[in-house]
Amino acid sequence: MAKNILEFEKPIIELENKIEEMRKYEDNLDIKEEITLLEDKVTKLKENIYDNLTRWQRVQLARHPERPFTLDYLYLMTNDFVELHGDRYYRDDNAIVGGFAMLEDQKVMIIGHQKGRDTKSNLFRNFGMPNPEGYRKALRLMKLAEKFNRPVITLLDTPGAYPGLEAEQNGQAEAIARNLFEMSRLQVPIVVVIIGEGASGGALGIGVGDRILMLENTWYSVISPESCSSILWRSWDYKEQAAESLRLTAKDLLEQKIIDRIVAEPLGGAHKNHIKIAETLKEILLEELKELTKIKPDKLVQNRLEKFGSMGVYVE
Amino acid sequence: MAWFKRSKENISPESQKRDIPDGQWIKCDSCSEIIHKKQLELSNWVCPKCDFHFRIGSEEYIKTLLDDGSFKEMDKKMKSGDPLEFEDTKKYAARIESTMSKTNLNDAVKTGTGKINGAKVSFACMDFKFIGGSMGSVVGEKIARAIDKAYSSKMPMIIISQSGGARMMEGAFSLMQMAKTSSRLARLAEAKIPYISILADPTTGGTTASYAMLGDVIIAEPKALIGFAGPRVIKQTIGKDLPEGFQRSEFLLEHGFVDMIVQRKDLKETVSKMIGYMTN
Ligand SMILES: [Zn+2]
Repeated sequence: MAKNILEFEKPIIELENKIEEMRKYEDNLDIKEEITLLEDKVTKLKENIYDNLTRWQRVQLARHPERPFTLDYLYLMTNDFVELHGDRYYRDDNAIVGGFAMLEDQKVMIIGHQKGRDTKSNLFRNFGMPNPEGYRKALRLMKLAEKFNRPVITLLDTPGAYPGLEAEQNGQAEAIARNLFEMSRLQVPIVVVIIGEGASGGALGIGVGDRILMLENTWYSVISPESCSSILWRSWDYKEQAAESLRLTAKDLLEQKIIDRIVAEPLGGAHKNHIKIAETLKEILLEELKELTKIKPDKLVQNRLEKFGSMGVYVE
Repeated sequence: MAWFKRSKENISPESQKRDIPDGQWIKCDSCSEIIHKKQLELSNWVCPKCDFHFRIGSEEYIKTLLDDGSFKEMDKKMKSGDPLEFEDTKKYAARIESTMSKTNLNDAVKTGTGKINGAKVSFACMDFKFIGGSMGSVVGEKIARAIDKAYSSKMPMIIISQSGGARMMEGAFSLMQMAKTSSRLARLAEAKIPYISILADPTTGGTTASYAMLGDVIIAEPKALIGFAGPRVIKQTIGKDLPEGFQRSEFLLEHGFVDMIVQRKDLKETVSKMIGYMTN
């Protein structure tokens, strides 16, 4: 798993390995105190590192291959998940998954981008990059949820909508636009959570809702730092600077009033403790749904219109 | 998204050619015919020899589509607030300032009300020459307000798109303009007020993936580039050359994503006819 260690994680992991090593001799040698000291040190080191991550480093965490993906959250947070397939026009898209599930005692519709963890599953999931049929499947499931009055939860994690030949031919732009249009009027609550990468229209295509949450180490913007670098700097080498300029972290987006809430991750990132992050997210989702389900559909839709209407900065 | 290639000062040779140059004689990009500016103006900026549609701005579209003198501009002074204090090789604020003075525009869209053969409409027209017609907060807000005007005054909404997509320099704010404008169009649709979307060359990225593709009727100009991802990116992805005519108006018509391709000279009459069918 060494390949999945990020540069800034190295000093922490070295120290942790050292503690692990010392534990083996704990019974024979009197090193309990030393271990405790080292443990304090590692906690401080972690706090120091994770409080001071650059924006680019957060982007790297957001893409960590061991982070929980949509299906992980489904298995960890819900019961009785039934996956539903297909857009009823063309085919099933494996880059978006969705279906009914029980969140505690609540019947909900959960839809999310799905990445793979290795080459094989990534090819199957198209690296979490949907084609138009993915957005159309998502919309079909949302309309199904609306019909039976179930709240919708969407989990966003995509490097972008797939920029392929067929995708264009089948109306990638139309599929995304249609979702924005329909989601803005959906008569049931929608909670949107960015769980990894929120790249552009490919993310927003299932991202219109009443409450927008971001996990602590995720990003959400109009373009990826790499593509931004290649267009504005005409080189792939300015991704760190592009990430800084784009202000794309959860903290940035909360300041920009584009999201409503940040979901704290376990120290070191969501990939360090899947169970814990799933528990945290579940609790928060229940809390959000409790409030949203009290609001009448008309009011809900009106609030949603005003919410997105208020986004933007201009001078008159 | 945001696949427009060049900002104002480093426009690609292709787009430079396509903007109407100063001088009195203009060479057609497509057939190299030398045409007098006056003649071009009389032919709606379409080459009389080969039918090439020159890329034109909001001023020219207002003349093409609206009854003489009927246009009343709204939110004329609105300009970008540079919310991220964005900086790439240049400060965004400086880029905005220099583009404003070069183009005599405040941002990449003009909105207002006007008349088409006497019928009152709410009208928005983008300008590609303003940072690649990119959509930031100003474009989103002005279009949203124009849609609100159509909604409150119960008049048809007409939007002419020509845009490279969402504006990178406003980050997530630009992205959210897609949701802002689409949600306003959804409300307009519920009120059964018609919306006609006209697509000019080029319409790509977040603009296509929001209001451009949401018309009750979608009209494209001949041979306009229309898509989500830009051709360069798609080519990189698939590692092959793109087929001839890919992402052009004719391709979209064939695949069912636009209603019709209309010559610029027929645009006004076509829109007028559609308004007639969709209003009482
Ligand atoms: Zn010509």
